[in-house]
Amino acid sequence: MLRYTVRRLLQLVLVVVALSLLLFAWLRSLPGGPVSALLGERATPALRAQLTAELGLDQPIFVQYFKFLGRALSGDFGVSTGVQPGDSAMEIFLQRFPATLELSVLAILIAVAVGIPLGYLAARRRGGVLDNLSVVGSLIGVAVPVFFLAFVLKQVFAVELGWFPTTGRQEGGLDATRVTGFFVLDGLITREWDAAWDAVKHLILPAIALSSIPFSVIFRITRASVLDVLDEDFVRTAESKGLTTPVIRRRHVLRNAMLPVVTTIGLQTGALLAGAVLTEKVFAFPGIGQALAIGFERRDYPVLLLLILCAAGVFVLVNLAVDLSYAVIDPRIRSGSGGGR
Amino acid sequence: MALLEVRDLKVEFRRRGEEPVRAVDGVSFDVQPGQTVGLVGESGCGKSVTALTIMGLLPKRGPHVSGSARFDATELLSLSDRQMRDRRGRDLGMVFQDPLSSLNPVVPIGLQVTEVLERHRGMSRRQATVEAADLLDKVGIPDPRRRLDEYPHQLSGGMRQRALIAIALACRPRLLIADEPTTALDVTIQAQILALLANLVRDTETALIMITHDLGVVAGLCDEVNVLYAGRVVERAKRHDLFAIPRHPYTHGLLSSIPRLDAPRGDRLSPITGSVADNIPWTTGCAFAPRCPNALDVCVEVTPEMTDDVGVPDNRSLRCHNPVERAKRDGEALV
Repeated sequence: MLRYTVRRLLQLVLVVVALSLLLFAWLRSLPGGPVSALLGERATPALRAQLTAELGLDQPIFVQYFKFLGRALSGDFGVSTGVQPGDSAMEIFLQRFPATLELSVLAILIAVAVGIPLGYLAARRRGGVLDNLSVVGSLIGVAVPVFFLAFVLKQVFAVELGWFPTTGRQEGGLDATRVTGFFVLDGLITREWDAAWDAVKHLILPAIALSSIPFSVIFRITRASVLDVLDEDFVRTAESKGLTTPVIRRRHVLRNAMLPVVTTIGLQTGALLAGAVLTEKVFAFPGIGQALAIGFERRDYPVLLLLILCAAGVFVLVNLAVDLSYAVIDPRIRSGSGGGR
Repeated sequence: MALLEVRDLKVEFRRRGEEPVRAVDGVSFDVQPGQTVGLVGESGCGKSVTALTIMGLLPKRGPHVSGSARFDATELLSLSDRQMRDRRGRDLGMVFQDPLSSLNPVVPIGLQVTEVLERHRGMSRRQATVEAADLLDKVGIPDPRRRLDEYPHQLSGGMRQRALIAIALACRPRLLIADEPTTALDVTIQAQILALLANLVRDTETALIMITHDLGVVAGLCDEVNVLYAGRVVERAKRHDLFAIPRHPYTHGLLSSIPRLDAPRGDRLSPITGSVADNIPWTTGCAFAPRCPNALDVCVEVTPEMTDDVGVPDNRSLRCHNPVERAKRDGEALV
């Protein structure tokens, strides 16, 4: 188990290095560039040349790459040219990553907390009203574009009803103390309850918008998986023992039905970033998604590179966690290949 | 008084927009305390559905059940789900066909035994664990303490079936139903499992309903045999009588389809032609008539009733207009 984990972590390093090379080349092949973005179309050639040299963009691309690698090893990923010009890319990452992490965790929690019980109930009452309603609901959930849902939620619950704030992570006037950069956590640690509650209120609408796709997918997989397991012989054996329904549900049905669901949760967590870009844009939420959107508009190479690499790293780590939790749930995987099926 | 009295049990599966399918069509039989009774027949004759009905394990929606199944003077068919849950595993135990798929792959063997002890015998987890090791030992699983922590995939097929038998007998039920318990096992293991079952039900005075298509299993184990065809019992006899003189042409056919080592060389097996019909045609005539070598005109017109067979000296019931004459099998002893 330990060797496996170490091997996977080494793979992670390889993936990140390989991806950095690809990204480096790809970003520089995009039309336009930071110089045009900073100076505009009508800058003089002399000025453009000066800035290009300052940013080191006049050197051959492999020289740029090796310089980048050298600095990256010491934690220096360059200086932002577009998102927050002058700040280091690392600074921006550390500022914004907690925001997106908070948002994503809440979104996944909502998706799991609603999707799994609903999927289980729908399977138990297959063909019933709840089943049909939630199947249709989950179809809508995957079909409606995230930005549209985000916009509707914002319009209805923030603008019209005024229940939630429209944008940002925190009201400006609160002057909350910062400890970790996770605003909800900060509020709890410092016992500034109003700050924590305010941060939660800022998170709710974007998290709901962001959870729509993972919720729908988790719900459908849970439902299908429970339906499969309910037909299994060992459930009939459990019934033949006269066990009570809660025991059968927990120990025999859900534990087996969770295997494919866990995989799905992992894949969906990895895919959240795509939704986060759109959601954060609509709610002007200062997270990684928003930084990526701005970064692309302004060709902010250092920030884009760091953020995308980190996103890839998170994706790999989440999938490692999924594989490890598989081993915890399924003894057949734990003991290697020696098994009946 | 009989431990279990099944009377005129009928099970019909109804699906919207489809013809209802009658899987069991008026089955009646008794099981005395401690007795081993066989339900024999080919696939689709209704033997498994009969067992599941007695256990209350049919799906909630779909099947329509009528008739009676009295266990120790209690009508099982009218018990509530909760009452039935209290009986299952305590008074009634069941062993299924495929031991691998019948055990939960992600729960250790030990817990799969202890959970039934905790449920019905009010034991703590600690007491139940001691008892579970004892049970595994009784069914012949070596090193039972270590096995408790293992998972089904770590056990061999025979060990898994032993574990399932331990689970079914854990609360000392008075009736055990075994549904083709050896079909999924190797031949050598089959014999061991049958011997184990025979010993256990004898020692604990448990009544056993043995469901099988394999007459070899019947020959080794059962006191009384019910031969089922198309959802009805067509012949009932003591084991030795049945094998010595099969009276129903279907029973006769079953016995003749078994290869025999002492048959003369070149003797061909005589299979029963055709296969059992999906929906049961007992309404007009005998359901077996289309496949029956003895069929008369009356067989396709009048449905035969289950009557005491006067053609043989033993105490036997038969559902046939034209049973196989004794002379046909003179000098042959099958078992």
